[in-house]
Amino acid sequence: MSLLDRVRALLGDDAVEIAGGPDAVPRVAPPSPDAVALLLGTARQEGWRVRLEGAGTWLPADAPADLALTTRRLDRVPAIEPQDLSATAEAGIGCDLLRQQLADRGTWLALDPPGLAGRTLGSVVATATAGPLRQGFGAVRDHVLGVTFVTGDGRLVQSGGRVVKNVAGYDLTKLEAGGFGAFGVIVLVHLRLRALPRADQTFVLEGTREDLTQVAEDIAAAGLQPAALELMSPALARREGWALAVRLAGSAALVAAEEAGLRGASGGRFTALRADEAHGFWMRAAESFATRPVAFRTGGLPDSSDELLDLLQHQVGDEWVSASPGVGAIRWAGDTTVDRLRRLRRTLAGLEVPLTLERAPWSIRSAVGHFGAYREGVGPLVAGLRRTFDPGEAFVVAVEGSE
Amino acid sequence: MITAGLVEGLAGIVGARHVRTAPAERVTYARDGLPTHRRVPAVVVLPGSRDEVIAVVRLLATHGVPVVPRGAGTGLSGGALADASAVLLVLTRLNRILGIDPTNRIALVEPGVVNARLSVAAAPHGLYYAPDPSSQTACTVGGNVAENAGGPHCLKYGVTAQHVLALEVVLGDGRVVELGSPGGEPWGPDLVGLFVGSEGNFGIATRIAVRLLPLPRAVRTLLADFMSLRTAGEAVSAVIASGIVPAALEMMDQSCVRAVEDSVYAAGYPRDAAAVLLVELDGGSDAAVTADAETIQRVLQEHGARSTRTAADSRERERLWQGRKKAFGAMGRLSRDLVVQDAVVPRSTLPDVLETIARIAATYQLTVSNVFHAGDGNLHPNISFDGRVPGLKARVDTASAEIMEACIAVGGTITGEHGVGLDKLRYMPLIFDAESLTAMRAVRRVWDPEERVNPGKVVPVHACREWSGAAKPRAIGPGSAERDRLGAADPGAVPRGSWEDVPA
Ligand SMILES: Cc1cc2nc3c(=O)[nH]c(=O)nc-3n(C[C@H](O)[C@H](O)[C@H](O)COP(=O)(O)OP(=O)(O)OC[C@H]3O[C@@H](n4cnc5c(N)ncnc54)[C@H](O)[C@@H]3O)c2cc1C
Ligand SMILES: Cc1cc2nc3c(=O)[nH]c(=O)nc-3n(C[C@H](O)[C@H](O)[C@H](O)COP(=O)(O)OP(=O)(O)OC[C@H]3O[C@@H](n4cnc5c(N)ncnc54)[C@H](O)[C@@H]3O)c2cc1C
Repeated sequence: MSLLDRVRALLGDDAVEIAGGPDAVPRVAPPSPDAVALLLGTARQEGWRVRLEGAGTWLPADAPADLALTTRRLDRVPAIEPQDLSATAEAGIGCDLLRQQLADRGTWLALDPPGLAGRTLGSVVATATAGPLRQGFGAVRDHVLGVTFVTGDGRLVQSGGRVVKNVAGYDLTKLEAGGFGAFGVIVLVHLRLRALPRADQTFVLEGTREDLTQVAEDIAAAGLQPAALELMSPALARREGWALAVRLAGSAALVAAEEAGLRGASGGRFTALRADEAHGFWMRAAESFATRPVAFRTGGLPDSSDELLDLLQHQVGDEWVSASPGVGAIRWAGDTTVDRLRRLRRTLAGLEVPLTLERAPWSIRSAVGHFGAYREGVGPLVAGLRRTFDPGEAFVVAVEGSE
Repeated sequence: MITAGLVEGLAGIVGARHVRTAPAERVTYARDGLPTHRRVPAVVVLPGSRDEVIAVVRLLATHGVPVVPRGAGTGLSGGALADASAVLLVLTRLNRILGIDPTNRIALVEPGVVNARLSVAAAPHGLYYAPDPSSQTACTVGGNVAENAGGPHCLKYGVTAQHVLALEVVLGDGRVVELGSPGGEPWGPDLVGLFVGSEGNFGIATRIAVRLLPLPRAVRTLLADFMSLRTAGEAVSAVIASGIVPAALEMMDQSCVRAVEDSVYAAGYPRDAAAVLLVELDGGSDAAVTADAETIQRVLQEHGARSTRTAADSRERERLWQGRKKAFGAMGRLSRDLVVQDAVVPRSTLPDVLETIARIAATYQLTVSNVFHAGDGNLHPNISFDGRVPGLKARVDTASAEIMEACIAVGGTITGEHGVGLDKLRYMPLIFDAESLTAMRAVRRVWDPEERVNPGKVVPVHACREWSGAAKPRAIGPGSAERDRLGAADPGAVPRGSWEDVPA
C-alpha cells in the first residue's frame, strides 16, 4: 500500500489535505489528538519522516519529509473560564480566532507573537516566539499551564494541568515550549489568561537610536512598568527614524498613573495613538517579521542591548530589528547567509548571548540549526531528550546545525 | 555499598568534621518539615564548596551509591530524605551570594543561601527576590529551585520558575552542565525550566542566577473578614475577575485565625470571623495603588465582607503578614501531629471545595484548618491530630484521600508548591496516566540514567510502562482523547494506603 493509501485507511479520506503539494509531499490533517498519535505510531513503524506544520504561515514548508502533518484541524477551544482566567485550546487554532473568542468572554492572552495573525497557537508555543508584551507579561512559557503532546512514536503525553499553580511531576511543558516540535507535536494547550485590560494605550516617540535608548533607560529608572517598551527600526515601525513604542495596559488608574510617569520621564515627547492606530501599529510590526526570509532572536542582558544592536548592524544589518531593552531581548529579520549567521552566533556565544533561529529556508535552517553553541554538557542532554521523545527520528526539525 | 573506605574518602574531600556517621547525628536529618515521613541516612556529608560537591558526587558515582541533596530540610513532601543505602548531601554551607548586578537586576547565588537573606542583600539596591515561601527565613534557594517554590506574592510575580535565569548543575555522574543564560534566554530547549521543580532528581544545583525585582514604591495591605467560608471564597473569585491582579491574596479560616491569635504572632485578626482575606496591592505609583485598593475594597464589600481595614503603616502591615507567615507554626502547636496538603483547584470552585473539606472534617471528626494562597486556588488544609490515639491516623489518612479526591474531581492538581517527594507518590496516578508517568521517568533517566540522585521520589515507578521501541498505535475510541486531556484515572480510585512509602 502506498503511504497515502495507508493514511487514508487509518484516518479517513478527508484527513489528506493535499495529495502532493509543490514539493510533492502529502499534507495530512488529523482530526483529533488520538489521530495524531495513530499517525505517528504508524510513521514510526514505517520509518516515515514527518514535518510539522501549523497554519503554514511561519516556517517555510520545505523540510524534506515523507509527509507533512498539519494541526489545522485541531482547532477546537474546549474551555474558556473567565472566572479562573484559564482556557484550554487545541494547538491548531489560529491566534486571531482564539483572541476573538477570549475577548468575547472578557479575557486576554497577553502574547503578541510575530507573524501573521492566523498563526496557530501550537506554533507560537513550539517556537516560543513572544513579542513586545514579553516586557510586561513574560515569555511564552509563562502563559502555558500545561500541554498534551504526541511523541514521534505516537504516545500521547500530558504535562502540567489547567490550574494556575502546579508542581506535580517534572515540568515537561517547558521542553515543549520552544522545542520547535523536536520533542513532540503539541495537540492541546492550557493557557493562563488575564482579564481584558480596562485601559490599553500606546505611545510612540521617533528619534535616533541613541536618543531613544536613553529615553528607554529613563523610563525604567522612573520605575514604570509598561506592558511593552519596544525599540524598533524605521522600516519596522514604518517611520522616518527609529521608534520607541510604549504600551500601557491594566486598570484605568494604573494606566493613568503610568501615563503621567511616562510624561515625566520623557518630557512629554511621546505621541498617543488612537486605539485603531495602535492596533495597526503593533499588527504591522508583527507581520513584517513574516515577510523576510530569515528571523532570529537573541537574549542578552538589558544593559547590553545597545551594544548588541551595534553588533547586529555591523554583521547582518539592522533594517528590521525590534528590541525590548528592558528584558534584553532582540528580534531580527532580513536576508542573510549561513556563514554570517554562524559567525554571529559564535560572536554572541562569546558574550554569553544565545541566538535562536526562528525562521529560515531549510537550506539555512539545516545548516545553522534553531539552536547551537550549547554550553558545556548541554549537547548530550538535548540528544538524550530527542531520543526519548522521537526514538525513530520521525520529526524533521533542524534542532542543531550541521557545523 | 557504603564502606568504611568510602566514608574515609568523603572525609578526605570535605574534612572529617563535615561527615556525620554517628546515629545521633544522622537522626536529626531523618525528617523534613513534614513529620509523617522518617528515614535515617547512612551518612551525612556537608561540602563547603562547589568543587567539594563535584568531588563527592564523583566518588559516590564510582561506588554506585545513591545521593540525596538537601537544603534546609523545610520541605513538606519528604523530598530531602535518604535511607540507609544513601548519602545525604547537605548544601547549607554553600551559602555565598556570589554577586548582585543591580543594573541588570540579577543575583548569582550558591544553593544554600537562605531565601530571605537574598532579599535583605538586594534591598540596598532597591531590589528584592520575589518568591517568598512562608518558610523564607529558613529555606534555601536551592530547595526553592528544586521544589519550584511559591509564596503569597507569587500571585502577581510568578513562582520560582519565573525567576530563575541560569543554573550550574552537577549531574549524578559528576559531570557539570551550565543551563540557561544570564538574560534568561535558553541555549536551545528550556532546560532551566525543565530542571526547576525536578525535586533533586536531575542533579544538584550548585550555582543559581535569579532575577531580582525593583522594590514596589507603593503598597496597600487590606484585611477583610467574612461570616462564612463560602462568601470568602466567592469574594476571591470576584477579586480575580476584577482585572486587578493583587500582589497577594491569602485566606485563613477561623481555626487558623484562632491558632494565630493564641500565639505570639497574634496579628489582630477577628476571632469570630469564619474566614479572613489578606489582600495586598503594590506597584510603582502611589495614586494607582490607592485607586486599585479602593476598587478592591469595594469589590470585597459588595461580595459579603463584614468589614475591611487597611494597614495604616508598615508596622501594621508587617504584623498582618507575620500572622499569615507563622500560621503554619502556630497550628503546629494545636496538636502533636499535623498533615498538610497542597492541592490546587480552579479558583471559581473554591466556595464549593471549602465546604466539601469542612464536611469531610465533620464526617471524620477531625480538626481541619485552612491557610492558603487563595488567589491561586492553592489550598493548604491542615489536619491536626495526635498520632498516638489508636485508629486516628487511619481516619486522618482516609480524610486526606477524600479531600484530594474532591480537589481532583473539580479539575485540580495534587500539589501546587510543596512537590511530590514521597508524600504524594500515591496520588500521581490519579492525575497522570501511565504513558505520561513513563515519559517523566524517561526524562529523568536522560539526566540520571542510574536513577541514583534522590531515588524513589516524584514518579511512582510501579505505575510506569516500558519506554523503548515503538509505541503500539492506539485504537481511536470515543472519548479517549478527552480522558487523556483531563487525567486518565478514575477519581474514585484514590489508594488508601498509609503514609508508608510506596514501594518502588
Ligand atoms: C495561503 C498559503 C498557502 C500556502 N501554500 C503552500 C503550498 O501549497 N505548498 C507549500 O509547500 N507551502 C505553502 N505555503 C507555505 C507553507 O504552508 C508555510 O510556510 C508552512 O507550512 C509553515 O508551516 P509551519 O507549520 O511550519 O508554520 P507554523 O504553523 O508557523 O509552525 C512553525 C513551527 O512550529 C512547529 N509547530 C507548529 N505546530 C506545532 C505543534 N502543534 N506542535 C509542535 N510543533 C509545532 C513547526 O514544526 C514549525 O517548526 C503556503 C502558505 C500560505 C500562507
Ligand atoms: C512553615 C513552613 C512554611 C512553608 N511555606 C511554603 C510556601 O509558602 N511555599 C512553598 O513553596 N513552600 C513552603 N514550604 C515548604 C518548603 O519550605 C519549600 O519546599 C522549600 O523550597 C524547601 O527548601 P529547603 O531548602 O528546606 O529544601 P529541602 O527541604 O532541604 O529539600 C527540598 C527538595 O529539594 C531538593 N534540593 C535541595 N537543595 C537542592 C539543590 N541544591 N539541588 C537540587 N535539589 C535540591 C531536595 O532533594 C528535596 O527534594 C513551607 C515549609 C514550612 C516548614
